[in-house]
Amino acid sequence: MTPEEIKGSVTQIFKDVLDNDTIVLFRETTARDIEEWDSLAHINLIVAIEKEFKIKFDLMELKPLQNVGELLDIIQRKIS
Amino acid sequence: MTNPLNYPFDPHTLLRKKKAIRRELLQRSDLLEKRIAILGGSTTAEIKDILELFLLLGGIRPVFYESEYNRYYEDIMFSNKALEQFAPEIVYIHTSSVNIMRFPSMQDSDADVDMLLTAEVDRYQALWDRITTAYSCPIIQNNFELPHYRGLGNLDSYDIHGRTAFITELNLLFSEQARQRQNLYLNDINYLSAWFGLERWYDKLFWYSYKYAMSYEAIPLLADSIASIIKAIYGKTKKCLVLDLDNTLWGGVIGDDGLTGIRIGKETPDAEAYSAFQQYVKGLKERGIILAVCSKNDETNAREGFTHPDSILSLKDFSAFRANWEPKHENIRDIARALNIGIDSLVFVDDNPAEREIVRAQVPQVAVPELGSNVAKYIDILDKTDYFETVSLSKDDLMRNAFYADNAAREGLQSRFDNYDDFLSSLQMVAEIRPFTPIYLDRITQLTNKTNQFNLTTKRYTFTEMESIAGADHYITLYGRLLDKFGDNGLVSIIIGDVRDSELHIDLWLMSCRVLKRGMEAAMLDQLVAEAQARKVSALSGYYYPTAKNCMVSGFFKEMGFQHVVTKANNDSIWRLEISAGYTNKSQFIEVKK
Repeated sequence: MTPEEIKGSVTQIFKDVLDNDTIVLFRETTARDIEEWDSLAHINLIVAIEKEFKIKFDLMELKPLQNVGELLDIIQRKIS
Repeated sequence: MTNPLNYPFDPHTLLRKKKAIRRELLQRSDLLEKRIAILGGSTTAEIKDILELFLLLGGIRPVFYESEYNRYYEDIMFSNKALEQFAPEIVYIHTSSVNIMRFPSMQDSDADVDMLLTAEVDRYQALWDRITTAYSCPIIQNNFELPHYRGLGNLDSYDIHGRTAFITELNLLFSEQARQRQNLYLNDINYLSAWFGLERWYDKLFWYSYKYAMSYEAIPLLADSIASIIKAIYGKTKKCLVLDLDNTLWGGVIGDDGLTGIRIGKETPDAEAYSAFQQYVKGLKERGIILAVCSKNDETNAREGFTHPDSILSLKDFSAFRANWEPKHENIRDIARALNIGIDSLVFVDDNPAEREIVRAQVPQVAVPELGSNVAKYIDILDKTDYFETVSLSKDDLMRNAFYADNAAREGLQSRFDNYDDFLSSLQMVAEIRPFTPIYLDRITQLTNKTNQFNLTTKRYTFTEMESIAGADHYITLYGRLLDKFGDNGLVSIIIGDVRDSELHIDLWLMSCRVLKRGMEAAMLDQLVAEAQARKVSALSGYYYPTAKNCMVSGFFKEMGFQHVVTKANNDSIWRLEISAGYTNKSQFIEVKK
């Protein structure tokens, strides 16, 4: 999968889970930029991403996550 | 696309699309609003969201109170303004094995382990007692799933120090409590987790990260189970199973293959599977589910199928039988009419996807499970969808099919009389009409919460509320049982009246449709007036609140001789019957037991 394809899939997951079709993700996007992205929605996002890409995040991987860019990088690393 | 809320549930789609699904389900207009408090011993956010979907699907719109993480005990036991103001109608306690305070340690003696068990159960008893006093509402309580690991291996299940043995004992104690307490309902997560598979049920990463006691894949199964109990408490469960025949109840096509060609019995693997399915259906019938046939077939052929020597079901197991070439949705409407039950209390089972589709489209109130065409899976799909969930088994449930069979005999008799009055007097009806008594309160609550058609106000009451009404002086309560020469119809009618300022306000008047047009309503009124006169009441006030289902009683008070007082803007109407100047009994054909 190319980085663009990964970003496309992740964007669709955000749109579905947060029920907002207008969401556009950038590498710099953080939870503060998207109103619906609260801590409960965050769990849903993570679980949905794991399922979509058939990956599992490690216990400590998610804690220090700064922005969407880092999330995309972890996914990229896990599926390659 | 298959519906992710149909069994087998699709946790992934539910998680991704739950908000969109919720929006769609909220379009329904006839939703019953209920306040549900979720008190969790682990995280409950996702459980709440998915539970909401299953409840909406079942016609209940929940309003939730959710405790903070692991505050279930404090929220109940200590003064809690928020919960008091919320005034829950249902409390769901979501605890599981992670909430067990102390497991036995290796030094513990038999007596120590007993004390641990008692301490654990005592803690929950205190919770249940407190909820009952403070909120007098039904309680749904999880039991415990088996442990994540077995420190003692197989010995864990029988050594007193084993966690497996400890949890098993606790579950037995919980069951005993649920048998004794009228308002305690167990959500059997011990069974759910075993069915789902403990390996898939537990997701320790999910626990360490977010404090969920089970995997998110298990949440739909859990939420569906809770929703089923709530629907059962409010009488929203199904009553009748409508079955296709060819390739549903037996293998092959009776019209083509003939009686000797259909597959049922022990000869082939699929014959065994059809037999197992018939056995399951027979079991449903024995616990009070009404059975009906709806098949595209020649009626003679269809009936012949049940003469097969290996057939477990027989013709007399069915209360309605429609085998013809008419569209199935028309036959299904016809079955609901003939049995006098709401069309939304039907479940339709057919192996043919086209038939399922047309029934779903034409009569959306009918539940149509995605049966598939693999007979070995039929039982799973019906059983795990919990259509027929019940919170108690009354004697009436076990007798129900006999009632309907008796009704068929009565109808046979009716056609031999020219005059309906002659028919009624030939039935030799005897009624028992008395104030509520404790032994009938279960049945009274159950009938109140599931009667939709002959029900003037459609008010619902919990068992605890019924208990307090039965004990309060200012109420006149009546239940009616009806017997006739064909059998006992059971407890079929209920009235609750509130005496205020020498007037009797009829809060509740309902009757089971299986005794429609038998004059039971007149007998009930006679008795009500007698009780009212004994208390110096001068007039009766009747209330009719229209719903989608109770139009059959829109003219009821008028027929009973009440005067119309007013009809409000929302079509609720008020009626009045003066009794101070005397009253003539209306019942002619029913002898009332003294």
